[in-house]
Amino acid sequence: MSQLSGLEIRGLRVSFDGFTAVDGVDLDVAPGDLRFLIGPNGAGKTTLVDAVTGLVKAQGSVLFGGAELLGRSVHRIARSGIGRTFQTATVFEGLTVLQNLDIAAGAGRGMLTMLRRRKGVPEPVARALETVGLTDLAHSPAGTLAHGQKQWLEIGMLLVQDVRLLLLDEPVAGMSHDERQATGELLEHISEERTVVVIEHDMDFMRSFARSVSVLHAGRVLSEGTVAEVQADPRVQEVYLGHAAAGDAALGSAGPTLPDEPEPSGGTASGRTGAAVQEV
Amino acid sequence: MTVILGQTFTGISIGAVLLLIALGLSLTFGQMNVINMAHGEFIMAGAYTTYVLQKSISGAGLSLLVALPVAFLVAGALGALLEWVLIRRLYLRPLDTLLVTWGVSLMLQQLARDLFGAPNVQTRAPDWLTGNITVLGGSDPLTFANSRLFILGLAVTAVVALSLTLRLTSLGRRIRGVVQNRDLAEVSGISTSRVDRTAFFLGSGLAGVAGVALTLVGPIGPTMGTNIIIDAFLVIVVGGIGQLKGTVIVAFALGVMQSVLEYSTTVSVAKVLVLVAIVAFLQWRPQGLYTLRTRSLV
Amino acid sequence: MTLFKGAPAAPAGKSPSVLAGRPARAWAGFAAAAVALFALAPLALSDFRLGLLAKYLCTAMVAVGICLAWGRGGLLTLGQGVFFGLGGYAMAMHLKIADAGPGNLPDFMQLYGTASELPWWWRPFGNPLVALAATVLLPMAVAAVLGSFIFRRRVKGAYFAILSQALAAAFAIWLIGQQATTGGTNGLTDIQGFFGYDLDDPVNQRMVYFVIAAVLLLLIALVRQLIHSRYGELLVAVRDSEERVRFLGYDPANVKLVAYVVAAGTAGLAGALFVPAVGIISPAMIGIVPSIEFVIGAAVGGRASLAGAVLGAIGVAWAKTALSEEFPAAWTYFQGLLFIVALAFLPGGLVSLAGIVRRRRAAATALPSGGAA
Repeated sequence: MSQLSGLEIRGLRVSFDGFTAVDGVDLDVAPGDLRFLIGPNGAGKTTLVDAVTGLVKAQGSVLFGGAELLGRSVHRIARSGIGRTFQTATVFEGLTVLQNLDIAAGAGRGMLTMLRRRKGVPEPVARALETVGLTDLAHSPAGTLAHGQKQWLEIGMLLVQDVRLLLLDEPVAGMSHDERQATGELLEHISEERTVVVIEHDMDFMRSFARSVSVLHAGRVLSEGTVAEVQADPRVQEVYLGHAAAGDAALGSAGPTLPDEPEPSGGTASGRTGAAVQEV
Repeated sequence: MTVILGQTFTGISIGAVLLLIALGLSLTFGQMNVINMAHGEFIMAGAYTTYVLQKSISGAGLSLLVALPVAFLVAGALGALLEWVLIRRLYLRPLDTLLVTWGVSLMLQQLARDLFGAPNVQTRAPDWLTGNITVLGGSDPLTFANSRLFILGLAVTAVVALSLTLRLTSLGRRIRGVVQNRDLAEVSGISTSRVDRTAFFLGSGLAGVAGVALTLVGPIGPTMGTNIIIDAFLVIVVGGIGQLKGTVIVAFALGVMQSVLEYSTTVSVAKVLVLVAIVAFLQWRPQGLYTLRTRSLV
Repeated sequence: MTLFKGAPAAPAGKSPSVLAGRPARAWAGFAAAAVALFALAPLALSDFRLGLLAKYLCTAMVAVGICLAWGRGGLLTLGQGVFFGLGGYAMAMHLKIADAGPGNLPDFMQLYGTASELPWWWRPFGNPLVALAATVLLPMAVAAVLGSFIFRRRVKGAYFAILSQALAAAFAIWLIGQQATTGGTNGLTDIQGFFGYDLDDPVNQRMVYFVIAAVLLLLIALVRQLIHSRYGELLVAVRDSEERVRFLGYDPANVKLVAYVVAAGTAGLAGALFVPAVGIISPAMIGIVPSIEFVIGAAVGGRASLAGAVLGAIGVAWAKTALSEEFPAAWTYFQGLLFIVALAFLPGGLVSLAGIVRRRRAAATALPSGGAA
């Protein structure tokens, strides 16, 4: 299929009207990695992804497979093999699952193909339907899908787009435990052939599936490494502790718990969304 | 030299009229993102209010001064009614709002025709507004019409009043709160629907005041609002939404540009050139002169 | 391999596809329209009424483009009058030159007496082929230039609507200002011949009607193909979420541009055929008000459905003639009310009524108790 490529970010800086959201980030994502970006709210995770995909202007350098991305327009970056999802699933609600995928597959189509009717199901689309488990729903309007199914459809759209780098913004938010598990397995499977970067607040999910982790804080990379390494980093504990202490003070509850358990805590996380602060 | 100054002043006075109209739009369109095509008919309502008042109050000056608050109330009430009956159902469909309010505008025009007749009517300007002020004497005198100066003063007053209201009063804070984050405002205990209606009342009321001003420079007729309203919408588009600063600057800039181009070409060519300039400007700043930058996707 | 064996069942997914056309029904509708236009109408209607119908069909052509641009693409273009006018004036200029005969000036130019010879920009229209091509290509070119400026800078939604409306206003005002060369407020009037055929002859008027009907059916077929092509699906995607489409590697500006340019072309053709049908083109037919009237027909019938837009346009145009002749004031109130009711309470237009009824009925039969309706 596609050749594996890595992401190399150097000195990335994004500011909005004087507020610096990303403040000199250096980040390397190896080809075929399944990288999790974590960090408290406002750490700059989403802005970082926005900058890589060309949605916001940034300074510095972002190399993907050796080619500079900064300064290119959104759709050109997309065509160079980078796909992303958003915090809220955005699929074309008025179109069917099949039509959604067919559009995602077609950015390189010529004029004549575009002006003709779609006949049957293109092979990559059929494969993606199979992979994300929506074959039976191919002809349903995307607007009628359940929340988790929309997220899978979005991931399927990235697959047919044949991106080499997937940037996923909180893909399991709002999913049930089973759906999370399935999504995690899907991501592991995908990262065999593509590079995957996931922004996530769900620490159980992160612990279960991350191959490597970067912790962002106040627009900078605070710590990087395997799950165990990051959890052992005193600076990470401090950031989350400070945060957790503040959060808990507001809630009036007992002291914080550290991310010290290497194994996922089973069913306890099911149904929880973005509960990072209390959890870590 | 005199000619340039004269044209500039004419432009500024065109800009003042535009500004008065656009001010109301800056609330309804700029702040609430509602395109109210019936805004032009609220101007007409203000103008006819002046006309009716002049029939019952003998002094032209007094009736004009009385007309200002009355027209504000009449147009404001119409606006609040429109918001209550139709617009509040359409907040998520701005383009449909545009067409629905166009329908309202058609009906209001016909209502005016039925009430006051199709031909234009005229009001009498008070004596203290009919003269000119001579700014530069000599063989080639430069004069400013009193009525135009009055409109300019009215526009400046309206801008100051609106800006103070938005900045200092609790109503203004609530309006800005709703504009910036509707859901948050709602959970903070602000009745967003009441704020919407009040903002609509103010914006439409300002259209009524603009209507009073227009009686000083032209005839009153059922379709008086249709053409001028588009220029006013363009002011908001070019000025950028959410800030009065852009509206003020662009209203005067378009006024002066129109006036200078009219002088060097013709009225009709000037119109086309101004539009070309606007499209060119939007290439440079598609969101308008001033915008509040946000991270939102749309 | 399937990772999601336990994927929850779909909530209601019986319809094969939201957009997929039903070819059989479409062919039947098309055939019915052809029979109605080519056989029934000419038999049943007087020459006068048939002439009116020809005029309504021109409005319907504009609605075909509006259905694509607005209904499918979400581009509320309130300036279709500009393209209608460009097509109309291109045609009328040629017919005026032809009416005047070689070497003579068109009558209104002689009347004003300002021009001793044909203005340079009139001259190309003396050639029938150039003029015919211009009726379609000129509006399309203007739309392409304008659209590429507007869409590339992501001016959209209400901003686009207002700009397009301002364009209609400016174009009408400009035409009025150029009295000596455009006929000003009067426009180009009193057109006698149509490529050698005398338009006063009822037989030739019928021929014009048949040409208009054929072109309308052709345009419907063309735009229908566009709507059901992959491009049509993409256009809906752009309407629903432009940013998302961009992240899939498309440039939404190009997608919108195609719809806008096609809509301009249909409006241009409509304007061109309107001229021989009615014998006049003037600024009053292309300014703000007529531009917005083009939209209302599509809105009332159903903006996103070709059949709805076309029938809506014909219906509203017919109602305007029928009502405004006898009760001009009542017509204006009625028209305003149409806008309000159609857009505020029935955004899918009249065609959506059928769908609503069908769904209600389906819901009623689906419930064994049958109580809810």
